[in-house]
Amino acid sequence: MKSLEDLEKKINSELNTKINSTEIKHNQIYIEIDKEDIIDVALFLKTNHDSKFRQLIDITAVDYPENNQRFELVYLFLSHEFNQRLIVKYNIVENEVVPSLTTIFPSANWMEREVFDMYGVSFKDHPDLRRILTDYGFEGHPLRKDFPLTGHSEVRYSEDQKKVISEPVKLEQNYRNFDYESPWEGTKYIKEEIENNDKKN
Amino acid sequence: MTKKIKNLNLNFGPQHPAAHGVLRLILELDGEVVEKADPHIGLLHRGTEKLIENKTYMQAVPYFDRLDYVAPMNQEHAFALAVEKILKIDVPIRAQYIRVIFCEIGRILSHILNVTTQALDVGALTPSLWGFEERETLMTFYERASGSRLHANYFRAGGVHQDLPKGLEEDIAKFCETFPKIINDLESLLTDNRIFKQRNVDIGVVTKEDALDYSFSGVMIRGSGVPWDLRKSQPYDCYESLEFKIPVGKNGDCYDRYLCRIEEMKESVSIIKQCLAKMEKGPIKSLDGKISPPPKAEIKQSMEALIHHFKLFTEGYRVPKDEIYTAVEAPKGEFGVYLISDGSSKPYKCKIRAPGFSHLQSMDYLIKGHMLADVPAVLGSLDIVFGEVDR
Repeated sequence: MKSLEDLEKKINSELNTKINSTEIKHNQIYIEIDKEDIIDVALFLKTNHDSKFRQLIDITAVDYPENNQRFELVYLFLSHEFNQRLIVKYNIVENEVVPSLTTIFPSANWMEREVFDMYGVSFKDHPDLRRILTDYGFEGHPLRKDFPLTGHSEVRYSEDQKKVISEPVKLEQNYRNFDYESPWEGTKYIKEEIENNDKKN
Repeated sequence: MTKKIKNLNLNFGPQHPAAHGVLRLILELDGEVVEKADPHIGLLHRGTEKLIENKTYMQAVPYFDRLDYVAPMNQEHAFALAVEKILKIDVPIRAQYIRVIFCEIGRILSHILNVTTQALDVGALTPSLWGFEERETLMTFYERASGSRLHANYFRAGGVHQDLPKGLEEDIAKFCETFPKIINDLESLLTDNRIFKQRNVDIGVVTKEDALDYSFSGVMIRGSGVPWDLRKSQPYDCYESLEFKIPVGKNGDCYDRYLCRIEEMKESVSIIKQCLAKMEKGPIKSLDGKISPPPKAEIKQSMEALIHHFKLFTEGYRVPKDEIYTAVEAPKGEFGVYLISDGSSKPYKCKIRAPGFSHLQSMDYLIKGHMLADVPAVLGSLDIVFGEVDR
């Protein structure tokens, strides 16, 4: 398809039951679907003559701990033929297993391993779901919002034991998170305080 | 009588000079033929994405230098573009030219390193000695503009940090005159060299289809005959107004990729020349005081400038809620940033798409059936830098 608008129409008509919503911004199409449909949608996008999204650029997840469906999975596609980019997204709850795209895009292998490593999302039918970026024997999923920036353990060379050992993190000073929100614009807590006072009066 | 022969498992790296960093490659060998390759990465993982989530947008820039550390500014460019698109700010034309010049310098830096170390891996020592002298000159340009040879921290959302110092433009122009001769010298050592060709021709062949399936980009996809370059197809900054060609390979082997890189360096020199010719005096960063910090002299005079300075370096600027994927043509391929902002002064999420990650994952496909001695040749032509693969 020549233009993004045509492609949006085409996707909506061909896949209408599978698409929850579409949107065009920043010269890219954003599509929201359900978890079950990802394989069908990816296969359609890759093989259809009017889309030809031959490349899976990346897979990633976004963590929203306050939502019921905590993780949002994001797939970025690129079509060389029509010079278009497309983003597919869906939401899942924690511990939900999602379908793997490795049979359609071989490059999904490491990308899914990375999502598994960083967020703890498991992929069904993945040929080799191991950790990829973190250390051998690492525990936890670092890119989750509830994982502390400093981590849980640190490694050092122990002169007594003559080997590298892992132990809980000890910090001379805790990580400091300053609240820079300008008081003259009104920070959240100041606003809330004022509102509460107003209600009382 | 039958005898059972067991395949040999070999650890290639993590401490091996031809592994180009900290790659642990577990090879399964049948005699001298590689049956399976399993790259173990992450030995240089520093949690860049997690750190960026905890820094303001301005503080995030230096982390991009530390990804692909042989072409730092190309990556800052991707991040700067992403933030600019969300903030909807324009970049002054002089800043665009400066950024393009330094991106192309980065491309030359990276290609010299790759071509010469690839030669080193297959047994030629001289190219790296000649090439590194030029890299030194280029890094001096980096230093004169940004203050540091490698980790520049020079690009900003809305432009660059400072204007070029006096005389730098002339010196870069001089370099553009002398450098093509060095490329020719390198070529005279390698292009028709019998040993170099024996080690690279028909090694690590990638077909067009596989290049697409394995998410290849940059030289890896162009070497296989796909004319795809983001500078042409999705132009950013002032690339649209510049003339340059895109070298494309034919056979998709290590040798073609080498040739592509050599040709790209020549194109980069021509791009730099065009930029220098077109560049005029003018502002080098966005004039919006809420985004770019005021000049030092103004802080001493104006109360507003002082407030802006203070707010920008403590809280940082806020970026409205949005999400965007922006990619640039880095020397190694498509380098992308998927940025989610939530209206505060820190990114909610910043996913970095490194080209080397998808290139390295195809190692098993590329090396299966090749000899052990071809592993360094293939690895060399993939152009892997672990800063970006491990993040």
